[in-house]
Amino acid sequence: MSTAELRERARRAAAHVVDPEIPVLNLVDLGVLRDIRIAGDTVEIDITPTYSGCPAMRVIELELELALRAAGIEKFRISTVLSPAWTTDWLTAEGRRKLADFGIAPPAGAASRRALFAADQIACPRCGSAETERLAEFGSTACKALYRCRSCGEPFDYFKCH
Amino acid sequence: MSGTCEGAAATPALQDYTLRLADSALILGHRLSEWVGHAPLLEEELALGNLALDLIGEARSLYAYAAEIEGEGRSEDDLAYRRDAGQYRNLLLVEQPNGDFARTTARQLLYSAFAHPFWRALAGSRDEMLAAIAAKAEKEAAYHLRHAGEWLIRLGDGTEESHRRAQAALDELWPYTGEVFERDAVENRLIADGIAPDPAALRPEWQRSVAAVIAEAKLKQPTYGWMQSGGRSGRHSEHLGHLLASLQFLQRAYPGASW
Repeated sequence: MSTAELRERARRAAAHVVDPEIPVLNLVDLGVLRDIRIAGDTVEIDITPTYSGCPAMRVIELELELALRAAGIEKFRISTVLSPAWTTDWLTAEGRRKLADFGIAPPAGAASRRALFAADQIACPRCGSAETERLAEFGSTACKALYRCRSCGEPFDYFKCH
Repeated sequence: MSGTCEGAAATPALQDYTLRLADSALILGHRLSEWVGHAPLLEEELALGNLALDLIGEARSLYAYAAEIEGEGRSEDDLAYRRDAGQYRNLLLVEQPNGDFARTTARQLLYSAFAHPFWRALAGSRDEMLAAIAAKAEKEAAYHLRHAGEWLIRLGDGTEESHRRAQAALDELWPYTGEVFERDAVENRLIADGIAPDPAALRPEWQRSVAAVIAEAKLKQPTYGWMQSGGRSGRHSEHLGHLLASLQFLQRAYPGASW
């Protein structure tokens, strides 16, 4: 197998690994997969955590290992890199569409550094209404906040800008 | 990935400094985790748990790096679970008990208003690893600051009772805010090397953030008086020992246990 073929095979394997907490997004959609290099006969993969304390990272690493083995790749090294820090700007367009289809509002706009007194205006992923309100800054996972649509009345998750 | 440090002489200072940051993150993370199962409402249950996760995640990266700098084969777990209170280097502010929700919120505001600009400044460190950890932590601290700020405003500008409690919390915790901006030989060394930011330079931004929230919350800023100090040299309040007794129980009872 050529280097390019091996790399492509590893990429396809990684694209099968999904976020255990948002199972419609794979590692490529999320931007968690940072790099794949081939060093000799070894596949070197860099992944980056979304949040420092994201409990899904260990599971993702394990799943990635299983996916690589299932693809017949035995020699690999998975490294966690912190820099540059993951940002929701890395979510792919495909990833954003999948999120919305799944009922999670994708991050609105680019990540900003503003801290105090900032609030995002979010459209409802179900009916599209902009009449929404934030119920809680932190939702079911660190990366999400909980919102409610005032038009259709449905609560929904919002994938926060980060 | 490994960081850079300028010469062997800087190594003990860098390790000490990294441990301080790790200890503050772990102890505050543990304090917040004590709320899980006890928070005043479900949303806060999730929020406090998430804040705790961020902080413990930051602590893990920092401990792993401190262990790597030390180079004696200790792990992040050894550093977290096998050091006693006198060896901990965290800020006194973060070990203060949760008290009521107002106290926890005020503590979070006072810490995060510092942590946010601190991590931003450290992200420009000449030490690559600290810079990388800081760049992640800065984003997390921004949320923590916003969250604590919004809650303190609700409490301060809420009922008579919530106002009274919020003011009491600020008054109680204020003497622990001086230590945050102290510098000692370790910091002076690393500041000179371009590795650590000067905490005193972050004070104006901290002051602005805290004052903005206090004003909006219709609370009174406590006056600067005598300030507590000692966390950096291992002189802690009695509370840290109790916290560690809970945090470290398993590794003390079953040394080396893993799963």
